[in-house]
Amino acid sequence: MGRVLTIALGAFRESVRERVLYSLIVFAFLMIGAAILLGSISVGVERLVLVNLGLAAISVFGLLIAIFIGIGLVSKEIERRTVYNILSKPVTRAEFILGKYAGLVLTLLVNTAIMTVGFYVALAIQKRGLGLQDFSLLTAVYFILLELAIVVGVAIFFSCISTSILSAVFTFCIFVIGNFSSDIRGFGQESGSVALQKVTGALYYVLPNFSDFNVINQVAHGVRIPSLLITANTCYALLYITILLSAAVLIFEQREFK
Amino acid sequence: MRSDAILTSEGLGPRDVFQTSGRGYRILLIAIVACGLLGLYPFQRSIDQQLAATSGPRDQLLFIPSQALFARLSGGYSGLLATLYWTRTVQYYGRLRLAHAQSFPLLGPLLDITTSLDPHLLIAYRFGSIFLAEKPPDGAGNPGRAIHLLERGIVSNPEYWPLWEDLGFVYYWDLKDYAHAARAFQTGSERPGALPWMRTLAASVSAKGGEFETSRILWTEIGRTAGNDSIRLSAELHLAALDTQQALHELDALLAEYRAKQGHDAHSWQDLVTAGFLREIPHDLSGEPFVIKPDRQAGLSPKSQIQMNLLN
Amino acid sequence: MPAVEIDGLTKDYRVGFWKTRTKRALNSLQLQVEPGEVFGLLGPNGAGKTTTLKILFRLVFPTSGTARILGRRLDDVAVHYSVGYLPEHPYFYDHLTMEELLHYAGRLFGLGKDDLRRRVGRILEQVGLAEFRDLPLRRASKGMVQRAGIAQALINDPAVVFLDEPMTGLDPIGRREVRDLILQLREEKKTVFFSTHILSDAETLCDRVAILNRGHLQGCGELREILSLGVSTTEVILENPGDGVLEDLRPLVVSLIRTGDRVRLEIADEENIEKTLAIALRARVKVAALNPVKVSLEDYFLAKISETEPETAAPAEVHPK
Repeated sequence: MGRVLTIALGAFRESVRERVLYSLIVFAFLMIGAAILLGSISVGVERLVLVNLGLAAISVFGLLIAIFIGIGLVSKEIERRTVYNILSKPVTRAEFILGKYAGLVLTLLVNTAIMTVGFYVALAIQKRGLGLQDFSLLTAVYFILLELAIVVGVAIFFSCISTSILSAVFTFCIFVIGNFSSDIRGFGQESGSVALQKVTGALYYVLPNFSDFNVINQVAHGVRIPSLLITANTCYALLYITILLSAAVLIFEQREFK
Repeated sequence: MRSDAILTSEGLGPRDVFQTSGRGYRILLIAIVACGLLGLYPFQRSIDQQLAATSGPRDQLLFIPSQALFARLSGGYSGLLATLYWTRTVQYYGRLRLAHAQSFPLLGPLLDITTSLDPHLLIAYRFGSIFLAEKPPDGAGNPGRAIHLLERGIVSNPEYWPLWEDLGFVYYWDLKDYAHAARAFQTGSERPGALPWMRTLAASVSAKGGEFETSRILWTEIGRTAGNDSIRLSAELHLAALDTQQALHELDALLAEYRAKQGHDAHSWQDLVTAGFLREIPHDLSGEPFVIKPDRQAGLSPKSQIQMNLLN
Repeated sequence: MPAVEIDGLTKDYRVGFWKTRTKRALNSLQLQVEPGEVFGLLGPNGAGKTTTLKILFRLVFPTSGTARILGRRLDDVAVHYSVGYLPEHPYFYDHLTMEELLHYAGRLFGLGKDDLRRRVGRILEQVGLAEFRDLPLRRASKGMVQRAGIAQALINDPAVVFLDEPMTGLDPIGRREVRDLILQLREEKKTVFFSTHILSDAETLCDRVAILNRGHLQGCGELREILSLGVSTTEVILENPGDGVLEDLRPLVVSLIRTGDRVRLEIADEENIEKTLAIALRARVKVAALNPVKVSLEDYFLAKISETEPETAAPAEVHPK
């Protein structure tokens, strides 16, 4: 456990020292600033615009961090041979993967927390104060975090197989496909072919279903998110992360470093 | 020195290192992955149900305040997104139609998003206007929105004459606004490549709007030029309904004539056959015999396949 | 119990675009390193030295054969508590400073804070980086990175230290320091297993060496033994010998090289030396020098390399102590 923690904190420190992280955060704040401006020129729906854009900014920038740092976690270590120094210590490969994963999730947690605070500041400025119902927006933020945790898992999985650049491409593809997985099933059902229906049906359940985590519009309109959905999404994300990390370890255990 | 001790004893540091090699370990990992993938199913089912319960949030996801903004945000991939949205539109329409829904609240916004993403996606205007204009449960019953959609399409694609044809249609059928319909057909006929019958159509609509002959010309031409099975089928159904309507008018005239000549109402078609008004018992196009309704008017058998409501 | 025991290690790498061909990097290597000795793995580039070390740390997996470190199987990660490893051309997280790197490495061994602070201070001193403790690795020179690498390999006070090409990239002073460091480790009774292609390093440091070429073990043992295996010759340099004299000498010598006024003769056995000298004396030719030619490791190396082609190689000669 101590070793996992050491690796996690090391990964966290690395991403904090990467300048790309700061520029993303700055960019996110610019987005929120733009949201305030946009809100002030869109009569009647100021809050709606601010909530939609603010949450979208948190999600998009979290996604960028998750993919671009996530893919480097393992493949960059291999390419730069820093992995030799870690694995020659009493560290198992599973501990290495878990530590790297935990480090990036920690990074995203901190990053999302900062952006969420910025978002609430923007909301408070615009509404001249915050109401209790504003905090129901945190459900959407929580779902974004769950989604990002899965994306990091996908990134680390591909990172164990492939080079950084290819991992980024694959992860992004999975993200896009995962957002349209209900459409994929829809295509299968439209096609009328039983085989295709089965395949797309299976894909629907096997691929990460990222659209399940998007409740930005509901919370923006004040729709209450049932607690059962929160539980189900949490379990789904945890299970999916377990699968991804197990598969990543399985592959990484057999990986040679030439 | 410490190293001697290490070399000779078991004291190789803390024994807390989990053994991570060998087949057992690999099988364990494979088992976790396999069970995990199976375990996703119940959670996904539960999530689907939850999401459906919150009044179809999947559909609400489609709500985007500004289509123009969305088109900007989509970067260079608006064409791709447009086709995806078009697919979503078709699925949305298909799903609600299968469920015999009486309203299609998101149809308009979906079509707006699709056509904002790609203003040249002609199929979205053509089919979209039909989906919008048709009466429930065949469509949203919103011809005004259909006209709006087509007009936007015409602005973006001014040279594409079939949009004028579609516009004329909506005016003709759904709004019974023959003056506007004639103008639409006329304008369309002046576009390059317009089929010659558009001009005929314009003339006949302006002269005899709402008449059987005009309607028949319209649907025959549509059926003939349809590039698509569902449009052709729709044209055939409309033609069948029109012809049936015509047949009913003629049968009503015969019943009236029988009454005038015989001095009493006919009780069955057999009466008319016996009296020499008909050669045989009349059947509609779906093969079912016509009936005489209690009000002594000709009518369709309940088993008939002819969809007279298409004409309303 | 030997510190390192290598038993028939063979490694085939898959090469080519479709990974269909195999290239043998290591061919049933047989080695044993005793505790407390400084053992050198010698060979030119591509001989299989790095592959051997990578197998020992499970960075690559052997095609066949086994190995043990301190009597433990390689997949027993606990053995890493007692070993240190400096990879070839090491690269470390360059966002860390020297001190942070060592702390990071130490925490992976579960070392406590105070203990770690003491060790880090001592080791930085030992490798000559004490004044650069706050220098980020991204701004360190190659030599400093190398020394940082040795420092992190020593953080756990290992019983066996594996160093892959520890001298490369160092300036003469740096090399001297690393040599001293290895000698110091020997003083501390640690086992040092290092690879190098620089013969003089091996000659000055190693108790025993193994010579690898193209994956084949060419010889193993004390340097003196290996070197004495070569036939020694004697060099005789004559000044201004006449052509007639040279004609007389030609049958007696192994080689004859003329440089300006001087002629260098290389003669294999005692008897011929005497005959040569007699001929020279008789002709009143001045003998400028008479030296035994010591077979250098380099000569041995070149001889071995030219005599073995990998496909037709005879089983590696093993010379036990």
